[in-house]
Amino acid sequence: MTALDNPPTKNVGVTRLRKEDAHLVTGRTNYTDSIQVTGLLHLAFVRSPMAHAKVARVDVSAALEQPGVVAAFTGADLADNWAAGLPCAWPVTEDMASPTHLPIATDEVRYVGDAVAVVVARTKYQAADAIEFVEVDYEPLPAVVDMEAALAEGSPLADTTSASNKSFTWQKIDGEIDDAFAGAAHVTTRRFLQQRLIPTAIEPRSVVCAPPREHNEYTLWSATQVPHILRLMLALTCGVPEHELRVIAPDVGGGFGSKLNVYAEEAVALVLARKLGKPVKWTETRSEGNQATIHGRDQIQDLSIAFNEDHTIRGLKVELHADMGAYLQLVTPGVPILGAFMFNAIYKMDALSFTCHGVFTNKTPTDAYRGAGRPEATYAIERLMDEAAHELGVEPFELREKNWIKHEEFPYMTIAGIEYDSGNYEAATAKAKELFDYDGLRAEQQRRRDAGDSVQLGLGISTFTEMCGLAPSRVLGSLSYGAGGWEHASVRMLPSGKVEVVTGTSPHGQGHVTSWSQIAADALGVAYEDVEVRHGDTSVAHKGMDTYGSRSLVVGGYAVQVACDKVIAKARKVAAHLLEASEDDIEFDSGTFSVKGSPDARTTIQDISLAVFAAHDYPEDMEPSLDSDATVDPENFSYPHGTHLCAVEVDTETGHVEILRYVAVDDIGKVINPQIVEGQVHGGLAQGIAQALYEEAIYDEDGQLKTGSLLDYYVPGAPDLPHFITDRTETPATSNPLGVKGVGEAGTIASTPAVINAVVDALRPMGVNDIRMPASPQNVWNAMQAAKANGGDA
Amino acid sequence: MTRVQITVDGEQTEQEVEARLLLVHYLRDVLGKTGTNVGCDTSNCGACTVHLDGRSVKSCTVLAVQADGSEVATVEGLAERPDDESGWHPLQKAFHTEHGLQCGYCTPGMIMAAADLLSENPDPDEHEVRHGLEGNLCRCTGYVNIVKAVQTAAAEMRGDKVEVDA
Ligand code: FES
Ligand code: FES
Repeated sequence: MTALDNPPTKNVGVTRLRKEDAHLVTGRTNYTDSIQVTGLLHLAFVRSPMAHAKVARVDVSAALEQPGVVAAFTGADLADNWAAGLPCAWPVTEDMASPTHLPIATDEVRYVGDAVAVVVARTKYQAADAIEFVEVDYEPLPAVVDMEAALAEGSPLADTTSASNKSFTWQKIDGEIDDAFAGAAHVTTRRFLQQRLIPTAIEPRSVVCAPPREHNEYTLWSATQVPHILRLMLALTCGVPEHELRVIAPDVGGGFGSKLNVYAEEAVALVLARKLGKPVKWTETRSEGNQATIHGRDQIQDLSIAFNEDHTIRGLKVELHADMGAYLQLVTPGVPILGAFMFNAIYKMDALSFTCHGVFTNKTPTDAYRGAGRPEATYAIERLMDEAAHELGVEPFELREKNWIKHEEFPYMTIAGIEYDSGNYEAATAKAKELFDYDGLRAEQQRRRDAGDSVQLGLGISTFTEMCGLAPSRVLGSLSYGAGGWEHASVRMLPSGKVEVVTGTSPHGQGHVTSWSQIAADALGVAYEDVEVRHGDTSVAHKGMDTYGSRSLVVGGYAVQVACDKVIAKARKVAAHLLEASEDDIEFDSGTFSVKGSPDARTTIQDISLAVFAAHDYPEDMEPSLDSDATVDPENFSYPHGTHLCAVEVDTETGHVEILRYVAVDDIGKVINPQIVEGQVHGGLAQGIAQALYEEAIYDEDGQLKTGSLLDYYVPGAPDLPHFITDRTETPATSNPLGVKGVGEAGTIASTPAVINAVVDALRPMGVNDIRMPASPQNVWNAMQAAKANGGDA
Repeated sequence: MTRVQITVDGEQTEQEVEARLLLVHYLRDVLGKTGTNVGCDTSNCGACTVHLDGRSVKSCTVLAVQADGSEVATVEGLAERPDDESGWHPLQKAFHTEHGLQCGYCTPGMIMAAADLLSENPDPDEHEVRHGLEGNLCRCTGYVNIVKAVQTAAAEMRGDKVEVDA
């Protein structure tokens, strides 16, 4: 399959202002916490203040006496309600350890925030008051906090029922890795730390569940990215037949992976709606969310890279310790594993070994956070390339260029065994350098170095690629993931000629309604305004794999295109019948069907819709319907890439870092809506820069979360971030007919290493070779002091 | 319980409330005006920003009883005609045209904070917009298009000729 060179474009490729905005800018929204159901009761959870303890006693009797309280349950009270523990859908190895994860703990709590009881009251204030009256006796157990200590002989256990703190070791070796290192002219070895992050979608998580009323089904509204996955998994967890559960994701206020999960509170809401026969609601407070919503990243990365004399790469060894937290959530173990395909990045090499140890600790579980495994990998390899360039005494660009896949080498089978279909790293890099004024800034850097300026300039580079469009189902199968990666769309042609597109993707800010309208409008030859897109309700969009992993456009948009093509194929038959011509002679252009050679013989898609609705006269060998479904399974991932350049000023007297200029040139293939694409890149950059400079979830040695609210977990505001200069180069993807590659994660992936490379570059003359993220004034200061103590650079 | 009288988006409201009830919960839960959002419990995010007697406040930091006798303006009352784009406030139009929102959760607070900023400073430069909105977090947009939107709206409100690309 190849992308069309010149698709008949009217909407695709141009900015259409978003259809989503009208209700959002005027406050006529429908986020989950705004949903009202008659007789609604409110839930509040009692959570462990200890990282690890035996739960000796939980007594809810005093809470039951409180005003407005309707019911209260301990973990033991609800233990019989679970058909299974909360799911992990990605058993990465056969022997992977995964502690049973009950939505409410019974006898052992394993992280600060683990729930031990739930109170149901008439108002949320009453519920919040009443949890203070639940008495819990905890018997403290040693907390496991440090991953390496956790694996040492004799370490206390994060879960006293398990044999060790290791969940799994996953390994993949490609090529002759020992030979690659044995014969190397130069080897660079480094350890990098990926700090733990808290995703912090601005809408807190929220769930409402109503018991059956007019239909024999539970209705569950959730601030989720994955209504379809949630429906199936909650059905299995709570023992509710899948067809008796309807899940709706109404307006959802951002996710970034944190709403790609099956959470305890969702399961409890469903079980209590069943038990009480009443609708229930729970909305997390932000501080509660910092404990009870998944965290991201948290890896120790040990890398060695081996070079030949001519600076070409021979091989790369990667060993990861990945902090799972206390339990495996939906895809916890799979996140670091995605790195197995990405550490080699855009570079050619003969051997790659990847080993990942999944480790349990007494902390909030980790899971997918924007980029999921790919930012971590990109950070490490792009930092490593800079360090290697420094050791080899060459310009960082020179080393990258020497080793990256040349544009004429695509499609390229990488050492990790996946085929990059298209790309042009040279073009993106050339454009980025020009926009950035790379040479000018290097000159300015030299000037400041020579002058001994207290504010030094650093230039950081990150090239990158990522695997998007999750995912070819057979690849997911080979990685032991519990489901496929297809996507579904339906196109319904209404009698009036208007169109409903139903998608299995579930947007929460990405603008699918707009982009899918653009795709359908062009494919069907109807007006953009005549298309409505429906999503996020399992009774409307009955099939779907939802939204994560930059998959929505690449797989979901592809499904919309294929469903539209099927509509046109049917309409062509009807057109031939009505125009009394052979189907082969029917031409279709911009909504009009005409007969080759007789320009007057023509009809429109709208007329055909009406004719098929009336069904008075249609071809014998078809049903009277144009409606079409498509379920597409991509044959390959898509591989966006880009070159990002960052200039920072580092105040060597205070350690303060300021971004002076940021240029992002991304190749995401064909573009449906340039404005939406730019917005996605901006948001991604902000989150990647936030990891580099501002954010870290910190636990103390007792497993207490020190960054438990937005007061101490620093999410950057407008003054903390720079203006971004963004541009694109374009090599279409070949794995889908739209030629698109996905854009949701690109900015996040490239920006973290670009910023840190810049900070290190600024301080390199002082002997600084690494900075612990985030590069806060304190961490920068510490790095400068450590370098000084080591006597500066060699 | 205390009786409060609060004018919200031009409408007189009168209710018995608990003394501890937050203004944002008065708006959302008592009046059903759910256009104003809640994003935190430490007054850091600004999602709940409304105007109290003409100045922007975080409505999670104000008690309903403190607003007794006051006028509250929320995003819901900002447009002359919310259902028709031509009746939107210049900030609402500009957030739309400049793509200053993605998920939209921060948007009501962001727009109300920006309205207050523009009433103080009708022609802010980028730096002034960024600092003026420092109490409002957005996790989706990276702020660049929010800055653009505020400046575009400012130009329209000053009566400058506005060129809207896209
Ligand atoms: S809700 Fe966050 S500041 Fe008010
Ligand atoms: S648009 Fe989502 S938080 Fe601002």
